[in-house]
Formats: sequence, C-alpha cells, structure tokens
Amino acid sequence: MTKFSDEKLAKVQEIIARYPDGKQKSALLPVLHLAQEEFGWLSSDTMDYVASLLSIEPIEVYEVATFYSMYNLQPVGRYTFEVCQTGPCMIKGSDDIISYIEQKLNIKPGQTTEDGMFTLKTVECLGACGYAPMMQMGKFYKEHLTKEKVDAIIDECRKTAAANN
Amino acid sequence: MAVKLLLEKAHVEGIRTYDVYRREGGYRAVEKALKSMSPEAIVEEVKKSGLRGRGGAGFPTGMKWSFIAKPEGVPRHLVCNADESEPGTFKDRYLMEFIPHLLIEGLIISSFALGSNATYIYIRGEYAWIPDILEQAIAEAKANGWLGKNILGTGFDCEIYVQRGAGAYICGEETALIESLEGKRGNPRIKPPFPAVKGVWDRPTVVNNVETLAAVVPIINLTGEEYAKIGVGRSTGTKLISACGNINKPGVYEIDMTISVEEFIYSDEYCGGIANGKRLKACIPGGSSVPILPANLLFKTAKGETRYMNYESLSDGGFATGSMMGSGGFIVLDEDQCVVKHTYTLARFYRHESCGQCSPCREGTGWMEKILKNIDTGKGKMSDIDLLWDIQRKIEGNTICPLGDAAAWPVAAAIRHFRDEFEWHVLNPEESQVRNFGLAHYADAREVVA
Ligand SMILES: Cc1cc2nc3c(=O)[nH]c(=O)nc-3n(C[C@H](O)[C@H](O)[C@H](O)COP(=O)(O)O)c2cc1C
Ligand code: SF4
Ligand code: FES
Repeated sequence: MTKFSDEKLAKVQEIIARYPDGKQKSALLPVLHLAQEEFGWLSSDTMDYVASLLSIEPIEVYEVATFYSMYNLQPVGRYTFEVCQTGPCMIKGSDDIISYIEQKLNIKPGQTTEDGMFTLKTVECLGACGYAPMMQMGKFYKEHLTKEKVDAIIDECRKTAAANN
Repeated sequence: MAVKLLLEKAHVEGIRTYDVYRREGGYRAVEKALKSMSPEAIVEEVKKSGLRGRGGAGFPTGMKWSFIAKPEGVPRHLVCNADESEPGTFKDRYLMEFIPHLLIEGLIISSFALGSNATYIYIRGEYAWIPDILEQAIAEAKANGWLGKNILGTGFDCEIYVQRGAGAYICGEETALIESLEGKRGNPRIKPPFPAVKGVWDRPTVVNNVETLAAVVPIINLTGEEYAKIGVGRSTGTKLISACGNINKPGVYEIDMTISVEEFIYSDEYCGGIANGKRLKACIPGGSSVPILPANLLFKTAKGETRYMNYESLSDGGFATGSMMGSGGFIVLDEDQCVVKHTYTLARFYRHESCGQCSPCREGTGWMEKILKNIDTGKGKMSDIDLLWDIQRKIEGNTICPLGDAAAWPVAAAIRHFRDEFEWHVLNPEESQVRNFGLAHYADAREVVA
C-alpha cells in the first residue's frame, strides 16, 4: 500500500500550514516532490494517495503531475542523468556528452539501463550555463562535464550502489 | 574598481551564516526600515532609487509597489520570483547560494513595505539544494528576532516560506507562478485583473525577482537618492550579469551600468575576452529571448556610438539594430558557432516550454522548431526562411502571455542579422553538415575598427 512514513506525514502537515485555511491545494507541488522522493516515481496509486491527503480530486493531481517536467510518471533508474542541451550548453559540447553517455550506457535519452541503474534524459536550460556542459543528478548538478568526468561519475554511482546493496 | 552593492560580501568566509552576515553589517537595513520608516516611506525610497525590475521586463519597482490594492481586511502577499529559467541566466542562483541572508533581509523590508505577513519564495524545482540554504537562513533570521511575531516590537508579523516549482519555464511568468503556487498547472492568466489587485488566492500580490528584492537592502542603507546616483540615466544602481558561452571567464558579475559592452567582454575583471584566441561572432546580451546581435552592432550602435551595458544603450536602435538588457543572461558566441543551430535549440526550448493555451504559441513554436531543425540538418528550402519569418510575426502580440513574443524574437533577430548564414545552409546542405559558416562579413568589431 502507498503510504508515507510518519515523518513525511508530519512534513505534509507542516507544508499545509504555510497557506491560508482551505488553500491546502497549494501544497500539491511540494507534496508530489515528497512522494517522488519516497517512491521514486508517481504511479496513479501514489497520485490518488496525494489527492486524499490534500482532500482534492485525483484529476487535480493528474493535471499537475503531467504538466511539470520533473515528475516521473514512469519508474526510472537508481540514478538519472539529466543532461542540458540548450544553446549555451550546446556550444560547449553538450551533444558530445550526450552521445558519449548513450554509447557508454547503451541507452538513448528516455531509456533506462537493463540493470535499472541509470536513466538518461535530455533537458532544457537548468541555470548553469556558465558551468557548461552540465547535468542534474538527483538533488545536485554536475558541471564542467568532460568524458573523463562522466566516467568517474558512472564509476562512483556503481560503487555507491554496490556498497548499499 | 566598480561599485558592488549586492556581491561585495558574497565571498567573505562564512557569509552564508547569520553570525558572519550580521557582523559584516547585515540586517542594518531591516533595523533602519522597521524602526524609523513607515511602509509608505519605504515605497517612496524605492521609487526615488529608480530601481527597475531585474527579472527581465525592467518595470520600475516603486511604481509597481504603489499599485498594490489595499481592500479592508484582505491579506496581501509578496512573492519572490526565483524561477530563473531563461536560458543564459544564472544570477539569482548565485545570489541565493552565496549570500542568502541578503535576499531574506530584502524580503523582510519589502514585506513590511507591502504589508505581507506571509511571503513566498517560488524557486525552480531543479535548484533542489538551494531551498535548504534559504530555509537555514530563514530559521536563523527567525531565531534572532528578524522574522516571526511582532518583529523588533513594531507589531509587524512576517513569515517567509520556500516553495519549489517542478520544471516549467512558464512558471517564471508572474500569473503562471501564482497559478503554480496555488497547486495548479502553470497556465498564465489573462490580465486584467493584475496580480496587484487579484493575485494568489485572489488576494493583492506583488511578484518581484530575487535580485530586485535584494537590491532593496542597499537602497535602504544608502537612501534612494544615493542609490540613484550610481549608474546612468534610468539605469540606476548595479546589475548582476551572468556571462556564458565562448569567453575566458564565465560567471556572475555585478556591474555598474556605465561600462561598455566591449569592456565587459574583454576586461579581465569581467569575461576576460573570447576563449581560445577566437574571434567574436555574436552575442545575446540579455537572456535567450532578446535579439541576438552580430559583433558589428554589439560594441557600437547603428549610429556609431559606443554601446554600454545598460537598459537604454542595449536597446538603442530598437529591434532593427539593438537588443535588450532582459534578465542579464549574457551569451557569447565565437566564430566557430552556428547561428542556425543555436537558434534551433532556442526554438526547441520555447516549444518545450509553451503551456499550450494559445494556438499561435503552441503551434507556432512547434513549426519554428521543425523548420529550423530542417535547415540546420541540411534539409531546408529557401522558402523556409520566409516561412519562419512569417510564423514568428504571427505569434508576436497574439498570445495571452509574453512567452509567445519571447519565442518569436530570437528567430526574428537571427534571420534579420544572419540571413546569409541561413541561405548558405540551404544552398550547401552537405558542406553545412561538416563545417560552420564562420564569421563572414560579421567580422569582429575590433577588426572592423582596426
Ligand atoms: C515566459 C516568462 C518567463 C519569466 N521568467 C521569469 C523568471 O524566471 N524570473 C523572474 O524574476 N521573472 C520572470 N519573468 C518576468 C515575470 O513575469 C515578472 O515580470 C517579474 O517576476 C517581475 O519582477 P521584477 O519586476 O522584479 O523583475 C518571466 C516572464 C515571462 C513572460
Ligand atoms: S503565449 Fe504560450 S506560454 Fe503564454 S499563455 Fe499562450 S500558449 Fe501559454
Ligand atoms: S543552457 Fe544548459 S544550463 Fe543553461
């Protein structure tokens, strides 16, 4: 069953308290972030659960979850590489970085490796144009990417995953 | 040495913490404003400062504040726009990451001036680590009596909350931001009513950019009149510029708006010149939405006057031969860059970010992307260039929000100034896949002069 931990439930209440009475729908984006943190992606069960927490209709959640690009509506790998491909990153070689990752992991943007470890996505400007090329990995940015740096990041991910299994 | 009002202390060791920020003179402006000034006097001071919105549109902040409706018994809100998603722009991130208390200080003063007891910072979701930094600063400010109930015994209560977006450029548009803050899709609202009358939860709301609200701190410390003496004409104070592309020193710079574009690019204090000894081809001086300028129009206006890094000078010549200050996202392209491809990536960006409410924007951005992709990959026709021109004209001015214009302008300017490069792509479909057009007659302005 889809259910938040007590700690997350308390967080939901804390978020709702930021808005005027009756405006708890304002908590929707933050609570969807919490849900994605907890469950990895937003299944329809998860979205229905979020709707029940905020006393809104499930359709109101689906509308929002499908609008914003950060919400995963499908399962993703343990690590997601979101490589920026907009102009300022493009002129600093983001295309090469994307093809290098494609080659190395043998996946195309939008796909996940068979072992469920990595998902590759292309994204638009993330506000790091001066530190290009770059990608988002989870909460943080990886900037000034080179092929060597990509290799090191992938190794690091594999090591961390192995240590935590 | 240039005046620095925002980033002067940004690299003091430990400035992220309350103690160091306070020791360096932080929260003096809150003390002064709340203890010795009325809300009206603060609005007046901001008016005198000449401060213009730093989010892109450059609207006078004091005037915007004076429009907020004050119906009896209805709460008002200040919302800080930290959505920062215009390609080329990363200045707000820098400010929030390195000197978060400056923003919090500006927010407290501005909330007091506008009567906002609950103020929200709406930050783009991808900046996922910054809310922790801001929330830490907020908690410290609160623990030290600068937030919460009855601040400094004035009877003024204020809380600041951080709200994360979730990946949508359009949520930087203020009415889309308000929708998003209400837990909805980021579909811009039809104006009027303006947010100042009916904003978040139908309450009077002011939305301002991060840098705008941080600038309130030096305005209060210096007085509006002194602040207005920095800069030139209607470009008062300092401006943060995020510089990227083919330059030696990409990064965020605080400038006073009297320096020339040439100095900004070539001085070691700023961009440090074009990287790898290459020549300058073009520049988009104010974020991806503003017109691209070829090198020969960048350092000198069409009238042959020096072009400066300020609102008036950057837009000198209108769209025919000028550009805009915009959000301060300064993108530099060297001789090896392809204007067609760069414009294609921007068109793809706007298609991706269109909320889809208006057909000229929804359909037009899709067509522009497709046609530009064809030209870029050697599948274009001569008539495509005119078709692109036609589409962008039909979008501009025919949409609910300015994203339509923002998508149209870069395409228009690229064709206006680089038509021969587009034509070369069409005429040389194979060659254009293996080499770039180069500088052609848009020689580096320095060489033209020499
Ligand atoms: C498509 C679009 C995106 C925008 N993105 C931002 C943004 O990321 N940050 C911002 O401060 N203003 C952005 N704006 C401008 C806001 O609508 C609004 O004018 C601004 O936040 C007002 O603050 P200011 O007067 O302090 O600049 C955007 C506007 C449009 C049309
Ligand atoms: S112009 Fe584009 S982004 Fe703006 S409301 Fe219309 S469709 Fe949405
Ligand atoms: S273009 Fe890639 S971060 Fe801005």
